[in-house]
Amino acid sequence: MTETLHNLYLGFSVALAPSVLLYAFLGCVVGTLVGVLPGIGPLAGISLLLPASFGLDATSAIVLLAGIYYGAMYGGSTTSILMRIPGEAASVMTCIDGYQMTRKGRAGPALAIAAIGSYIAGTVSVVGLMLLAPPLASFALRFGPPEYFALLTLGLLALAYMSGGSMLKSLAMAVLGLLLGMIGIDPMTGFFRFSYGLVELGDGIGVVPVAVGLFGLSEILLTAGQPTATEVKKPRLNELLPSRQEWRASLWPIGRGTLLGFFIGIIPGSAHIISSFVSYAVEKRLSKHPERFGHGAIEGVAGPESANNSATSGAFVPMLALGVPSGPIPAVMIAAMMVHGISPGPLLISQQPELFWGFIASMYVGNLVLLILNLPLVGIFVNVLRVPYPLLYPAILVFCILGVYAVNGSAVDVGIMTATGALGYGLRKFDFETAPVVLRLILAPMMEMSFRQSLAMSSGSYAIFVNRPIALVMLMVGLALLLLSIVPFLIKTVDWRQRLGVAGGQDAREKESL
Amino acid sequence: MLQSFPTMTIDRVSASILVLFSLFVIWESRQLPLGSFRQPGPAYVPILLAALLLILGVFIILMAGRARSLSSLRWSEWRHALAILLTCVFAVFAIERLGYRLTVLLALVFLVKGVEKRGWVSSLTFAFGMAFGSFYLFYTVLRVPLPQGPLGF
Repeated sequence: MTETLHNLYLGFSVALAPSVLLYAFLGCVVGTLVGVLPGIGPLAGISLLLPASFGLDATSAIVLLAGIYYGAMYGGSTTSILMRIPGEAASVMTCIDGYQMTRKGRAGPALAIAAIGSYIAGTVSVVGLMLLAPPLASFALRFGPPEYFALLTLGLLALAYMSGGSMLKSLAMAVLGLLLGMIGIDPMTGFFRFSYGLVELGDGIGVVPVAVGLFGLSEILLTAGQPTATEVKKPRLNELLPSRQEWRASLWPIGRGTLLGFFIGIIPGSAHIISSFVSYAVEKRLSKHPERFGHGAIEGVAGPESANNSATSGAFVPMLALGVPSGPIPAVMIAAMMVHGISPGPLLISQQPELFWGFIASMYVGNLVLLILNLPLVGIFVNVLRVPYPLLYPAILVFCILGVYAVNGSAVDVGIMTATGALGYGLRKFDFETAPVVLRLILAPMMEMSFRQSLAMSSGSYAIFVNRPIALVMLMVGLALLLLSIVPFLIKTVDWRQRLGVAGGQDAREKESL
Repeated sequence: MLQSFPTMTIDRVSASILVLFSLFVIWESRQLPLGSFRQPGPAYVPILLAALLLILGVFIILMAGRARSLSSLRWSEWRHALAILLTCVFAVFAIERLGYRLTVLLALVFLVKGVEKRGWVSSLTFAFGMAFGSFYLFYTVLRVPLPQGPLGF
């Protein structure tokens, strides 16, 4: 404990340096704006500023990008509550009761609870990250290729199990992502695979063009042609304070959302989206008056908002401790770290303590900045949405093109964004989730490499995956999840997703934008 | 009595495309060494994944009876979607030839004036503002390298 406090002191000495503080503030402002805008989520925001971060030192760059990430999580709630427009996917559940509260003249308390819940969840989950990441990193030093392969397989099956829609369709999307990840030079033999003479594809398809295409561009394609912006209802500062009853009703949902979000965030997948669905469903199920949900229940705002912010920190645990991204955004952040010569993984915390602890401390600072920013300045942020959509979407499109081009200075990447945008448009029209495609695209090279390295280690014996206890346990858990997913197909029973009402989240996922 | 065709649901159509795609991947992988069960080559994992996608696609087709019918899909936004995709294709070919500012200027004039039917003044003001403003912010302030094009734009 003393060591942790000492490390945290080191972290704060890094995070409170004026330049780092400035980048945390800048990241939070940009992130909030990004969260407010529909169609341009945290991933597109991070992609846009990724090239601008190349000139910074590693700590400032990561602090800036992380600020955008959790800033967007906060910002997304504002438009959900005031206008019923989810700025990013995780805020979809907030729309339901948040907007109903606005219609009843309680927009202020809804915004306040969303911001305070996010602050508490963000801060508490950073404690979780701080306590969990170092021991996990020490434990992961025992991991070899079979363990990594088992972990990635477990993530694949967990994602399919937790998916609110069709498990088959989720798995198909994950496999499609893995196949796209096969493009490029085979790392074991040097053969070019599926690159059709394009040298730029030698390193494979980049995560940024695919993610911006699948999430940002496809959102624009689906929503362009919409009429003008919705009316914006802005609460006054003196209307923000929740009543005593609203405080009481929100307390437990914030606590439960924080815990749920953090642990769901650790699981590889579209964490923050799933966490808000599950939190909403849990609150509805635990409520003595579930009939109030959908008609302005503050618990329906407090729980999901806390959960999605908590999941943001949870997602950093496998990224920092194992070097395994739990979603597309941590994957882009890993890419940013690698540009600065840092490889996230078990050795990061011991070899780069000032970066790790500086990052942790900057999250505390960032959460505070966001609380201060979000409430008094809410009116300024939502003004962005007064811009008519026929002007807003071309502007977002320009930022998508700019962000994708600037990462590698490659027009081929803009082409990949266009192709995956069209693919995402089609997939979302046909009720497929696109998040598994991006996640598996990122993990494909790591998964294939660990699979083939494992076989090379064992002279071709597949028993290596069951002879090593850690790998065996992870594969057994994966198998159990697979069997649990198959049960509803064999026996006519109601599984947990239907019981909790998560299966109804398809509409929400259609709004998915990273 | 003639048996009627199964209903065309969105899942049947989409899964059929996935099946065709997986067959395409298997066909394309023939140029690469497959390796063996114990020593996988570069084509091994792609073929394994394509086979898995094929199986999943077949299962989706078999279980697609309850999915929405294809005719229930609405494509009201298709004109806008096509125009946006064409704009992106234009950007792919133009960005390094014409430079960032000229490409963005032309793309925005096409979208705002041509597709959204805004007035010339507002379209040009918006397009110039975005093209030069974003270039100034990213190229000059944030030092993000962006192409200039032969005319210095």
